[in-house]
Amino acid sequence: MDVSMLQRTYTDLLTSLFREGILNQQFIELQQLQDENNPGFVNEVVSLFFEDAGRLITELISNFNQQAVDYKKVDAYVHQLKGSSASIGAEKIRSVCQTFREYYDKNDIQGCYNCIQPLKQEFMTFKSKLEALFALEQQIVAAGGSIPMMRH
Amino acid sequence: MEIATQTQFHVLAVDDSSLERKLIEKLLKTSYQVFLYSVTTVDSGSKALEFLGLKEDQKSNASTFPYQKETKVNLIITDYCMPGMSGYDLLKKIKESSALRDIPVVILSSENVPSRVTRCLEEGAEAFFLKPLKFSDLARLEPHLSKSKNTPEKHNLFKSKTVMMKKRNKRKREEEHDEMHETVGVTGPKLKLTPSD
Repeated sequence: MDVSMLQRTYTDLLTSLFREGILNQQFIELQQLQDENNPGFVNEVVSLFFEDAGRLITELISNFNQQAVDYKKVDAYVHQLKGSSASIGAEKIRSVCQTFREYYDKNDIQGCYNCIQPLKQEFMTFKSKLEALFALEQQIVAAGGSIPMMRH
Repeated sequence: MEIATQTQFHVLAVDDSSLERKLIEKLLKTSYQVFLYSVTTVDSGSKALEFLGLKEDQKSNASTFPYQKETKVNLIITDYCMPGMSGYDLLKKIKESSALRDIPVVILSSENVPSRVTRCLEEGAEAFFLKPLKFSDLARLEPHLSKSKNTPEKHNLFKSKTVMMKKRNKRKREEEHDEMHETVGVTGPKLKLTPSD
């Protein structure tokens, strides 16, 4: 496999993630924490997020499907999700969480409810894009290349 | 050997989220490269107090669990919103304890609530930062840390290559950072708060 082609695909994908607002600057901060001693750092942190967020969204959906929804509990889950998505630079997820909390503060149940599906969707998109990104990284390294750094 | 011990810097980070703990630990280790350091992370306020040698329900000056010199902590960074004991409650307990009150405490929060900030700073927090914590936040913290007894005063704790690299693009990053969050100032004689939109 041509390393430079892989690198170009990687850069294009990463750039598009920023352009589409899926990632924000915080993701670059994470990449800058990664070094030779800790080459899997971003991958590890994002994997932790996949687990955490996946669990929170499952809880959210199951709570919403109940007869009597405990909105306070739901809001607490969204608060957690908002925090962790902000910490890794998952901008779109963070943004939907923010919108949800704004509706919650106004006691707008319908508004809250309308956020759940988008939240799930954004998470799935985020997961598949980042898995693709990490797969490219592995291919680049396996082909003997280095991962291009994002200039911001 | 003795010099190394004097410059050793020990941070205690408190957050109920394992993701946040991992991030804070990495950020600290990357920023404080120059010195021997250690970072201890715990997932609750009560575990933090236990580590610091203070029992939760103990009167602040009781000596049943004396503070061990070996585990001397130079800085405590705690999340505000935690189940059970909040970061604010933890801050209070620390400041009420004669053994622990000199340890600088920094509060982290994902929400910029002015009354929350004021309350923490009035209770004696060194600083209040919005999450996610950044290198620039730790750099701003530095002058406040040199007050604490075991911190080497003459050294710039942030002279790591990574931080110097980042300082080149500092302004642009801070602009982008401010767009997403309202930046909250560090305590000093004046408390700076940028108004929310």
